[in-house]
Amino acid sequence: MSAGAEFVPKIVGIICNWCCYGGADLCGVSRFQYPPFIRLIRVMCSGRIDPGHAFRAFSKGMDGVFIGGCHLNDCHYVTNGNYDALGMVKTCKKVMERAGLNPERLRLEWVSAGEGIRFANIMNEYGARMQKLGPLGKAEGLCAKDLRYRLQAATAIVPYMRLVLSEKLKAPVHLRSSGDPDQAHEKFYDSGEFNRLFDETIGEKLATSRIVLLLRERPQSAGEISERLGLSAAEVSKHLKTSSRQGLVRYDTGLRRYLPADAPS
Amino acid sequence: MESGNKNRGDVMVVGGGISGIQAALDLATAGFRVYLVEKSPTIGGKMAQLDKTFPTNDCSMCIESPKFIECDRHPNIEILTYTEVERVEGEAGDFRVTLRKKPRYILEEKCSGCTTCVGYCPVQVPDPFNQELSRNKAVHIYFAQAIPLVPYIDETCLYLKEKKCRICTAVCEKNAIDFNQTAEKVEVNVGAIVLSPGYGAFDPGPRGDYGYGKMQNVVTSLDFERLLCATGPHEGEVLRPSDKKHPHRIAWIHCVGSRQVIPGGKSYCSAVCCTYIQKQVILAKDHDAGAECAIFHNDIRSYGKDFERFYQRAGNLPGVRFIRSYVSVGREIPGTKNVTIRYATDRDGVKEEEFDLVVLGVGLNPPADVKGLSGTFGIELNAHGFCKTNPQNPMQTSRAGVFVSGAFQGPMDIPESVVTASGAGSQCGELLAPRRGELARERVYPAERDVSGEEPRVGVYVCHCGANIGRVVDVPSTVEYSRTLPNVVHAEESLFICSTDAAEKLATSIKEKGLNRVVVAACTPRTHEPLFRDTLREAGLNQYFFDMANIREHCSWVHSREKEKASQKAKDIVRMSVARACHLEPLQEFKLPVNKKALVVGGGLAGMTCALSIANQGHEVYLVEKEAELGGTARRIHYTLEGLDVQALVKDTARKVYEHPLILVHTGATITEAAGYVGNFETRVRTRGRVVAIKHGATVIATGADEHKPAEYLYGEDDRVMTQLELEQKIAQGDSLLLGARNIVMIQCVGCRQEDRNYCARICCSHAVKNALKLKEKNPKTGVHILFRDMRTYGFSEDFYREAADKDVKFIRYEPDDKPQVETAVEEGRPVLRVTVPDFILGKKLALDADLLALSVAIVPSAGSREVARLFKVTTNPDGFFQEAHVKLRPVDFAADGVFLCGTAHYPKHITEALGQAYGAAGRVLTLLSQDTVTATGSVCAVNESDCVSCGACIKACAYGAIEFVETPQGKKARVNPVLCKGDGLCNMKCATGAIALKHYTDDEILGQIDAAFPETSIPGTGGGKE
Repeated sequence: MSAGAEFVPKIVGIICNWCCYGGADLCGVSRFQYPPFIRLIRVMCSGRIDPGHAFRAFSKGMDGVFIGGCHLNDCHYVTNGNYDALGMVKTCKKVMERAGLNPERLRLEWVSAGEGIRFANIMNEYGARMQKLGPLGKAEGLCAKDLRYRLQAATAIVPYMRLVLSEKLKAPVHLRSSGDPDQAHEKFYDSGEFNRLFDETIGEKLATSRIVLLLRERPQSAGEISERLGLSAAEVSKHLKTSSRQGLVRYDTGLRRYLPADAPS
Repeated sequence: MESGNKNRGDVMVVGGGISGIQAALDLATAGFRVYLVEKSPTIGGKMAQLDKTFPTNDCSMCIESPKFIECDRHPNIEILTYTEVERVEGEAGDFRVTLRKKPRYILEEKCSGCTTCVGYCPVQVPDPFNQELSRNKAVHIYFAQAIPLVPYIDETCLYLKEKKCRICTAVCEKNAIDFNQTAEKVEVNVGAIVLSPGYGAFDPGPRGDYGYGKMQNVVTSLDFERLLCATGPHEGEVLRPSDKKHPHRIAWIHCVGSRQVIPGGKSYCSAVCCTYIQKQVILAKDHDAGAECAIFHNDIRSYGKDFERFYQRAGNLPGVRFIRSYVSVGREIPGTKNVTIRYATDRDGVKEEEFDLVVLGVGLNPPADVKGLSGTFGIELNAHGFCKTNPQNPMQTSRAGVFVSGAFQGPMDIPESVVTASGAGSQCGELLAPRRGELARERVYPAERDVSGEEPRVGVYVCHCGANIGRVVDVPSTVEYSRTLPNVVHAEESLFICSTDAAEKLATSIKEKGLNRVVVAACTPRTHEPLFRDTLREAGLNQYFFDMANIREHCSWVHSREKEKASQKAKDIVRMSVARACHLEPLQEFKLPVNKKALVVGGGLAGMTCALSIANQGHEVYLVEKEAELGGTARRIHYTLEGLDVQALVKDTARKVYEHPLILVHTGATITEAAGYVGNFETRVRTRGRVVAIKHGATVIATGADEHKPAEYLYGEDDRVMTQLELEQKIAQGDSLLLGARNIVMIQCVGCRQEDRNYCARICCSHAVKNALKLKEKNPKTGVHILFRDMRTYGFSEDFYREAADKDVKFIRYEPDDKPQVETAVEEGRPVLRVTVPDFILGKKLALDADLLALSVAIVPSAGSREVARLFKVTTNPDGFFQEAHVKLRPVDFAADGVFLCGTAHYPKHITEALGQAYGAAGRVLTLLSQDTVTATGSVCAVNESDCVSCGACIKACAYGAIEFVETPQGKKARVNPVLCKGDGLCNMKCATGAIALKHYTDDEILGQIDAAFPETSIPGTGGGKE
């Protein structure tokens, strides 16, 4: 390592009691070493972990969020909550991507209670990766204000994400009994179909959320919005239409700018 | 216990080591009243003296001491320490035991354990707990976690010797010193006895093995264990005796007192030394990364679960040499007092090397005064002076009603001592089933204080864990820091927060400081949370007001080389824990009824034996077997090394199973579905096209293992190549192939101890010796060659290995990178299998012409075990064998409550061992089935009905069916049935309005932790909660 003020990432890990926490314990018992910049939080099942937890962590300045669960089909509960954790993380990553945040910052891994060495390896590799990536926002070329807006926009759609995750964006259950469920799910979440559904639902919602937040700052034209959000004019126009229809924003003909629907004229 | 049934109990457990403790806890939990009698001043036994335990290197005291407290707090256990058994009269069901309580000269009920007397006592004596490597006082507490935590005065006391001194009497504020005490006789009536006296460590003193006793820097492995330990003579600094300097070059010598047929030695193998030496090497390197370690060994016997990997781990450390050589007595270098060792290797011939410290790997002997023990209890001993047991039932002694557990059966490790304790417990249960519960009492806790109107008042307790935490994390500054945190009203440090006195102090300080939240910063909640929750209950505080900050497994142990950063992290972890604690709410647990039936999956010998032991205690058992016939792999085994007739045993056991009115057998059956939870399982079994649903309270997995089918050494291509089981079959049938065989070669480790199957299958060496002896018995002229890597005939099997060598069975060692080659050939007109193997001693290739080749193949997890694991929500280890809840102390439990494990499904093992485990699993099952209710967690989900928009997403997500709609005046609302909720909290993530919340893992609690994870930070204005 080089001398001087080296970047030390801040990482929070939310891990399930039965597998990953046990793996982290065994890692300790076995004295495998990993970097000291991760803080672990125990939950009973990775399926309990909410997009809101991840976004809150980023809002609190974490550079990385780690989520650990049991291997697929090894969940301690009949609910198989780790599949939900998988869907949640895949979707959150997409949200991050849309919001201009490096999705690598959110990392999901399966670690069994017997895999102490695996836990150490992941911590070392992921830790090094986060260190190399640099601080959240700065590495993405975002100023503090922009980063804040983006995370606010993402946080605002968490309730909607929950809704869509358990309905439209849910992976087909039959994938769970395929020979390699990890592979099958990778394929599903990479598929055009999933991406289309994502665009129609959360993608749309996120863009609207970002526009509304931007407009709270001051009224802006479609062109300004397009520039600030890094979206094409066509996309912005589409989102503005939808959000006008939904009564979220309105066009002020006097100002020739858009503003939030509830803003005083 | 109270006087109502004074001096009357159900079972007396003799010996308070880990085995006796486990037997007492199982029996007491299963409704029997237990006397736990220990001759030394505290319970704990040898395990308390160990630093760490293999192969996980768990801290020995850390995992054992919670059991001390459990025993101490158990309403059905009376602990009698410093007490010996004088006489046993009567018979099974009605024993009269005369005990002799030695005088402690301390009034236990008055003593507060303040140890002022110890400070003032002028007499220094060698400390027996520290192997006499340090000094203690004539009055002292045996060790910090002792139960009872009361000193005793030994015979070196000046007053006792010469009627002088009595300073202790003068300084004791409680007037607890009483020199008038005399030995007291107590007569106790019990129905059964469990003998768990443990072992005695081999003493190299009398013979002066390897200069022990003459050269200061030659110590025993038990001495070294204390040197390594944070509570040892030098607080965990490894210092050698002569000059208290750090030894740099350390040698270990294997088999001291074991595998010796010379006078003063023991002929058997002590079974644990190979692996404990590897542990000591790893720990020595942990203490001093630059240490140069040399291990002089014979066969390395890494036959247990995960032992092979542990061996590799030790061997792969830099500066560690494993040297296969006998060594001879060295000399002491004048001045440095270093010790030299002479050894010889195949490559280098004889060498002499100098070491700073020499550690003797001493063996396990029968307990001291075993003859007296045998006389008092009226039990027979075996040829080695251990307890004579029945190979069909290793817990059975020659006297009915007296059972044996632990190392008195023969050398064994901790998990086996625990398993046999549970097994002995099960057999006491069989004997005493009708009186179960008659003398038992319930634990009573004080009423819970209502703290609802109070602001959070958090107490933080930071544990040193000896040096486990304190050596890396700055504990005092962590305590200081804790005091600055909001809502923290008290913080203190503790050497071992899990010790009895610390737990008592914790309870007292909760009351005195008026705490309503407690944070213990120590080890993992996965092992220690129950202990501290119990302490909160004792202190009248709701147990859910507790949080554990894991600064050991997740901090000091994984950042041991970054002390400053680890200390900062420890503070952060405490801050997170305090933040969480402030949000904690009191929760109520509730009781669920227990279905009194058991399901045993697998009808091999282990499954059948387990089913019988459960059924003999009055519980119905469903025994499910996938084959058409009961018996499992044992149907292919004909005899054991000890001469047990296995076929007769299988038939007899199967007959007993079929005849038992409480056992219902399903053969040719498959399990299609398994649901439910501890006390209330429902499993679907398909037999001949028909599916039945079985309701049961406990499940035992005994699905066995399979024989590996090799693809090497011409197996499957040439009929003369077979596995050991196939050879055994042929021997039993008197197969003609054998009659004309002049020479038979056996190859060990086929398909195991290799990269893709990185474990030792444990039984194959004994299996080969067994078949070799049988061949020699049939025809002494048959030549038998066994090609091996390490002969792993551990324990008493060593005798048979020696017998085979005496009967001219040839043992030839090979290395894995130069395996034997097998080809067909014709020699003087005779078709033979030509086996070529390098000979290390002669330094050339040796060609053996064999008529038959027997392969000692790996034992592999049974084909269906993955599916069984999936169905019952239990885990398997990387090798595919089932993973127990805790390698050392919960060897037949699964992490999933109510599911247990026995037989080769756990790991390859001998029949006697599998039977021991079967009884062990039965004993554990009874701790559950003897209860009318189980306590369900208070951490369940609840709906805030005003936020519920009746979308039903939670109901869909809950595979337990715990949520349903109810009609309320405000309309249809989701409601949780807490009995069915298992507390995974998946529904929380489905609820768009956040109306449903998992208690104890609420958003407030989790977000509180996230917010507190790092100091300062947060992106300004993100509105991420409090800033």
